[in-house]
Amino acid sequence: MGDYMVLIISSMLINNITLAQYLGICPFIGTSKKMETATGMAGAVVFVMTLAAIITWCIDTYFLKTLDIEYLRTIAFILVIASLVQFVEMFLKKSIPALYAGLGIFLPLITTNCAVMGVCLINIQEEYKFLEALTASISYALGFGLALILFAGVRERVILGRVPKPLQDTSIGLVTAGMLALAFIGFRGLV
Amino acid sequence: MAKTIGQEFVKGLWEEIPPFRLVLGLCPTLAVTKSVENGIGMGLATTFVLVCANLLVSILSGIIPSKIRIACFIIIIATFVTVVELMMQAYAYQLFQNLGIFIPLIVVNCIVLGRAEAFASKNRVIPSLADGLGIGVGFTLSLTAISAVRECLGNGTLLGYSVFGPAFEPFSFMVEAPGAFICLGLLLCIMNIIGQK
Repeated sequence: MGDYMVLIISSMLINNITLAQYLGICPFIGTSKKMETATGMAGAVVFVMTLAAIITWCIDTYFLKTLDIEYLRTIAFILVIASLVQFVEMFLKKSIPALYAGLGIFLPLITTNCAVMGVCLINIQEEYKFLEALTASISYALGFGLALILFAGVRERVILGRVPKPLQDTSIGLVTAGMLALAFIGFRGLV
Repeated sequence: MAKTIGQEFVKGLWEEIPPFRLVLGLCPTLAVTKSVENGIGMGLATTFVLVCANLLVSILSGIIPSKIRIACFIIIIATFVTVVELMMQAYAYQLFQNLGIFIPLIVVNCIVLGRAEAFASKNRVIPSLADGLGIGVGFTLSLTAISAVRECLGNGTLLGYSVFGPAFEPFSFMVEAPGAFICLGLLLCIMNIIGQK
């Protein structure tokens, strides 16, 4: 049990997928201007990332490794993620319209969110077992959500301030993200 | 559409230079720019994928049905990324290890898919090649610039050679994640100031 706690804390806070591993920066900058869009994106990512990580883990272990065709991993993973996103979108539209309305426009964007593919690859690289892969992916996804929501909160404040013209928008966004990343470095003492 | 091939190439170097003008593909930009060597390696790998993907997409754009074009583009890109991955593993193993998962992640680099969709699928072969090469070289230049700043300040070296002499105290903040964000933010600001004039 202790091992899993360490895994959760290190994947969620210490090795935060965005602020320490540089993955998923595009949606992180792109959807963080308003709190609403940030929470929507965070929800969608948690949902898709967990599903994608589990499915790609199974495909890699039971299919690619047994058939000895690991060099097809990149192609296989991106196809799985792209079709999964499409499938999830259709499924939600049909059966849970309320959730679909909430996540709606963010779902297709996730295909090119490198954090999703990144977590799938990290799971394989670290040679996690099934339960470890599941725990790690949920924690990574929650870490992404946490960072995104915190960042959106800060950014809503920054807009109110007087930012010099050349620094506006993405530029000040990146500097703010840097400050947040600095705060996350403080978590290193936890484990 | 009266642009010459030269103009298509040059626009990738300043007008639409990624990741400054097109704010796409930030993840590899931040992650691999700890040292100039990694920056150049990543830039060249991305350039190769961009040029090949643009070439194939512009050739096949008449055949691919428009409804499934994104999926087709992704498969084309993934194929070339696999080629790069295997080549690097064979000929530049150290670089392959340094770049880690960011090599397979070129697939989800929005720059490549963006160029395939926005340019190559609507243009002929030669302009598409020029566009891919221009954007690729632009991306390599930006990565080199960012990594030069970070390596200089963070390690006191440039391509492994000492710049400031042994008395220099490395500013290790720059090679960590927060330094990457802030460095890119400030460079973007400098680009904006120059661009305004």
